[in-house]
Amino acid sequence: MSDSPKNEVDDVTGVETTGHEWDGIRELDNPMPKWWLYTFYACIIWSFAYWIVMPAWPYLSTEGWTYTKGVIGYDQREVVARELGAVAEGRADEMQQIATLALEDTAADATLMEVSLAAGKAAFGDNCAPCHGSGAQGSWGFPNLNDDVWLWGGTLGDIHYTLTHGIRWEADDNTRQNVMMAYGRDGVLTRREIADVAEFVLALSGRADDAEAATRGAEIFGEQCVTCHGADGQGNRELGAPNLTDAVWLYGGERASIIESVSNGRSGVMPAWGGRLDAGTINALTLYVHSLGGGE
Amino acid sequence: MKKKFSHATIEKSPMLLLLLTLIVVAIGGLVEIVPTFLIKSTIEDVKGVRPYSPLELAGRNIYIREGCYACHSKMIRSLRSEVERYGHYSLAAESKYDHPFQWGSKRTGPDLARVGGKYSDEWHRLHMADPRSVVPESVMPGYPFLETTPLNYRNIDGALRALSIAGVPYDAEAIGNAKADLEAQATPFADTDDLMQRYPKAVARDFDGNPAMISELDALIAYLQMLGTLVDFNAYETTDFKQ
Amino acid sequence: MAARGAPGHHVPGTMTTASWGIVASLIAGALLFIVIAAKAQDAPMAAHAWLFTLAFVAGALAIGQRHFNALERGPAASEEVHYNDAVVKAGVIATLFWGIAGFLVGVVIASQLAFPALNFDTSFINFGRLRPLHTSAVIFAFGGNALIATSFYVVQRTSRARLAGDIAPWFVFWGYQLFIVVAATGYLMGVTQSKEYAEPEWYADIWLTIVWVVYLLVFLATLARRREPHIYVANWFYLAFIVTIAMLHIGNNLAIPETWTSSKSYALFPGVQDALIQWWYGHNAVGFFLTAGFLGMMYYFIPKRAERPVYSYRLSIIHFWSLIFLYIWAGPHHLHFTALPDWAQTLGMTFSIMLWMPSWGGMINGLMTLSGAWDKLRTDPVIRMLVVSVAFYGMSTFEGPVMSIKAVNSLSHYTDWTVGHVHSGALGWVGFVSFGAIYCLVPWLWKRERLYSMALVSWHFWIATLGIVLYITSMWVSGILQGLMWRAYDAQGFLEYSFVETVEAMHPFYVIRALGGVLFLTGALIMVYNCWMTAKGRVRESEPLQVPSRAAAQPAE
Ligand code: HEC
Ligand code: HEC
Ligand code: HEC
Ligand code: HEM
Ligand code: HEM
Ligand SMILES: [Ca+2]
Ligand SMILES: [Ca+2]
Ligand SMILES: [Cu+2]
Repeated sequence: MSDSPKNEVDDVTGVETTGHEWDGIRELDNPMPKWWLYTFYACIIWSFAYWIVMPAWPYLSTEGWTYTKGVIGYDQREVVARELGAVAEGRADEMQQIATLALEDTAADATLMEVSLAAGKAAFGDNCAPCHGSGAQGSWGFPNLNDDVWLWGGTLGDIHYTLTHGIRWEADDNTRQNVMMAYGRDGVLTRREIADVAEFVLALSGRADDAEAATRGAEIFGEQCVTCHGADGQGNRELGAPNLTDAVWLYGGERASIIESVSNGRSGVMPAWGGRLDAGTINALTLYVHSLGGGE
Repeated sequence: MKKKFSHATIEKSPMLLLLLTLIVVAIGGLVEIVPTFLIKSTIEDVKGVRPYSPLELAGRNIYIREGCYACHSKMIRSLRSEVERYGHYSLAAESKYDHPFQWGSKRTGPDLARVGGKYSDEWHRLHMADPRSVVPESVMPGYPFLETTPLNYRNIDGALRALSIAGVPYDAEAIGNAKADLEAQATPFADTDDLMQRYPKAVARDFDGNPAMISELDALIAYLQMLGTLVDFNAYETTDFKQ
Repeated sequence: MAARGAPGHHVPGTMTTASWGIVASLIAGALLFIVIAAKAQDAPMAAHAWLFTLAFVAGALAIGQRHFNALERGPAASEEVHYNDAVVKAGVIATLFWGIAGFLVGVVIASQLAFPALNFDTSFINFGRLRPLHTSAVIFAFGGNALIATSFYVVQRTSRARLAGDIAPWFVFWGYQLFIVVAATGYLMGVTQSKEYAEPEWYADIWLTIVWVVYLLVFLATLARRREPHIYVANWFYLAFIVTIAMLHIGNNLAIPETWTSSKSYALFPGVQDALIQWWYGHNAVGFFLTAGFLGMMYYFIPKRAERPVYSYRLSIIHFWSLIFLYIWAGPHHLHFTALPDWAQTLGMTFSIMLWMPSWGGMINGLMTLSGAWDKLRTDPVIRMLVVSVAFYGMSTFEGPVMSIKAVNSLSHYTDWTVGHVHSGALGWVGFVSFGAIYCLVPWLWKRERLYSMALVSWHFWIATLGIVLYITSMWVSGILQGLMWRAYDAQGFLEYSFVETVEAMHPFYVIRALGGVLFLTGALIMVYNCWMTAKGRVRESEPLQVPSRAAAQPAE
């Protein structure tokens, strides 16, 4: 490659240079390392082989633009479909039964239960935990699913219904629906009246300070609230109305939170999973939630 | 000496070096990119995908502005574990109106391609304001300023017009009604007949819990809630998606 | 071909017709931006329009000032070759400045992922806005200035010709800084196109196009007036870097603005095509900005510093052409298993594999240039830095092809493994080769006998190396862990971990990575101090290391 046959030789390596110099920099006329060249060739040959096997090159055919399909007819979407199909088939027995059997019957079968709990746990982590917490412990506004306090009922049937149709989920016509009025915002009760009824709610769990206000509040409660929360304030699961006499509060049990609940209502929303998860998964989730501690 | 080509020729001419370089680097891009416009099967033939409604588009612009794509992918790969976690793998058709695409390259947070309808508006409100209040393990930043900032949609028709130049099928009517459509979608009890006709499956309501104002959060939640909801996958066989 | 130096028909530095043209364009540009500012659709556009106005007016004033200063000075004594080193000096200072800024933002975002409270619930400095600030600051501000400065230095020395143009090189320098400031302030205000490494909005893109074309012209014209018969290999790489980046930048940034007074634009191409074009750009931003350009740097500074000839001319030729040809095709390896059709993924993967040896050609030429001078690794920490950078280059260009294999990518994609790969290239290769070049350049440019302290270079080397090791090993572990957790199945064949469990598992690694970043930043601060003292003309007493100085051998200037 050098310009003239007789170029200067580098004395350290004894290799001829190319005879040029730039700002003191010279170049040796070493050949390319053999191993380098052969590895390069190998990579190229391998690529050619890969193109023959796999879809690779676009070209213009008589039917328009297309690409070489490769001799094994690989298509990743087919691969994943096949893989998912195989998974489904491998579990066909169990999941099929879980999807179709009555929940009680599944619960009675130890093997099916094992699969259900695994499937339920897996689905819970990515779908439910963001609201109900990674341990299903709940948080402000999102109920704890471990305890035996239920808004809408803790039987397998109740839980299944809740999961399938959601709660106040507009897009589902059969969703659990019941909205507590915003007594303050909608002008049904005055601030004074709300303070009084809140005092009564506190009294229900033995925490009232002002007996007089609580008595006034009891009267308002009787007029406004009993339809849902019941005469004794124990709640009503038909209507998703919480028990107000216990120590469990979805939105906080202090005076200010209660006043806020009554003034503006809450109307927590849970999505319906019927369209999103398949029947087997929903059944598995139901059994999983039921098994967390509070199932009835 | 025989006269043969020598690399020295190139080394002696800056213009020749430039020209050859340009030719050599142009080839790869042309051979790969041009056919994706020409091969029909690149974009699957599915029903339901429509351009974003003005409110959703405004939300998408906030998604871009805040750099959500830096942590969230919107591309479910055709791998078993991804399909099981996030739902059906993403189709090219699902982002055919996305200028620019938002597939992402890093998943610090979960994929959002199908997050629409997965949570309630209220959850998004809490989560956007303070992610750790609902998900204690989260490393996502809080964006409490979104719900207090009114949405600037002064130029939303300009946005639709620009997109129509890029090929998104917004017609003159859609552009002319962009502001009205945006307001209708974010206002409870507004007349949404026109909106629904132009943007089927659009959901109209007050998204941010404050009906008195159309906030940036309204737009962002409207966008999040529609992601992945347009294609009905039950209507297709897996073989329908061969590219 | 050897063109003469500037003939003395006018006083150098005074106004020519071309200079008047530039001043007029600047003033016209300023007026245009005043109109844009007045009609701006959004606050960021108004702010940027004023910024452009100010910059253009300042530019016009500076050119005027220069004219009067030159008149006062009168014609310079004619010399053999009078290199334009002032603009290189400015480039070195800018490189140091932006380097610190970019590394600092890197440390901040690393800390935000470890401790999310550091987002402070704000708009301006949340992670999503700072991340592109970091990538742009390190790649374009730090890396770009290092490339512009060294390319201007190298093309002059290896061509024995003064940089072409009088105002043009300064226009490139200041125009580029203006682009950086517009891009950076834009990110903080939420102005972004969201296309990785091309985030600046349409008006910044147009501005960069203008600056870049002038850069190309300056470089080409300097080559054209060279007094060496052949173009040196470093310049092949620099030229390929400049022209290919121009092509990629224009192709990937085609967009339609909402209006000409709005900061918001929409990409011209949609979805899958946009994705392919983005990664055609993105991968080759790596290939031509972070690789070809820095190989140019390597091809000058390693032989120069080691005082040894380049190992193999034939290898240079073959690896140059194969590298630039093959790189372009590899983009689809960023889109494996996505909605990009399989055939394109195949091409992306195979070309990445074929790219392995051409990349290693550069490594071999760099490392083997030291044959006969290996002892310098012991005695000269600057050589050590340069050599380790080439080793990191070799490592990341091996890792890259491995990650392009679809089976591997199904695990690595979307995870911290990619981030680890990026930073072994970015910190190890790009960072260290730039540091090495800066340590060479500062004494040469400021005409000092040697650096202030070689011991401090050694400290920088070891602290930064430890930082890199912490960074990349923690990201390998967390990336692979994350990838494995995402696809882990329990005994029943159901996904074992929820997504948040994987988020939780990343925490310790994010802390270690932030620590690594702090070390890397500390090393860079030591370098800035060392350069500062060198420029001031100080020499640290009791030097343990003896390094041959080049300053004495410099041609008279
Ligand atoms: C967007 C947040 C959200 C998600 C996601 C969510 N839930 Fe809920 N869930 C709620 C809210 C809010 C309530 C209480 C609604 C009310 O006030 O009645 C609730 C109630 C329930 C109840 C009824 C509790 C009771 O006391 O009656 C069950 C059971 C339940 N969720 C299970 C699940 C399961 C299983 C999943 C996942 C498939 C899930 N939830 C996902 C928000 C959510
Ligand atoms: C139409 C039915 C209905 C009526 C009438 C009603 N509530 Fe409720 N209430 C509910 C429901 C349902 C909830 C569950 C919260 C939710 O998700 O909306 C609730 C929740 C509450 C809570 C919050 C409980 C918690 O755990 O945080 C309080 C306090 C409360 N109601 C008090 C009242 C008082 C006081 C009145 C009368 C002034 C009243 N409610 C009238 C249905 C009703
Ligand atoms: C620093 C990284 C980061 C950024 C930036 C970020 N997120 Fe997240 N995101 C996460 C993480 C981690 C999670 C998972 C934990 C959680 O639910 O908070 C998440 C979860 C989510 C979820 C719930 C997804 C699901 O299916 O459970 C949504 C929706 C979301 N983010 C939206 C956004 C939006 C919108 C933005 C921008 C305004 C954004 N994120 C910015 C990290 C981030
Ligand atoms: C102090 C040193 C540095 C620290 C602490 C640091 C930290 C970070 C962090 C935390 C991220 C985000 C990763 C994520 O989203 O999970 C990142 C991304 C990135 N950084 Fe750095 N960085 C440093 C230096 C550099 C340098 C010198 C370069 C280039 C020359 C660089 C180039 C990049 C690139 C290209 C990305 C994007 C990676 C991707 O999208 O996959 N960084 N860095
Ligand atoms: C032969 C050379 C190389 C090949 C084949 C290669 C290949 C790859 C692959 C497969 C990815 C991961 C894509 C994904 O899954 O998302 C990647 C990412 C990346 N690489 Fe390399 N790499 C090479 C060299 C380098 C070098 C030398 C650098 C830096 C100096 C570098 C910088 C990056 C960056 C910045 C990304 C992240 C892109 C992003 O997602 O934002 N690469 N590379
Ligand atoms: Ca609102
Ligand atoms: Ca751009
Ligand atoms: Cu790449």
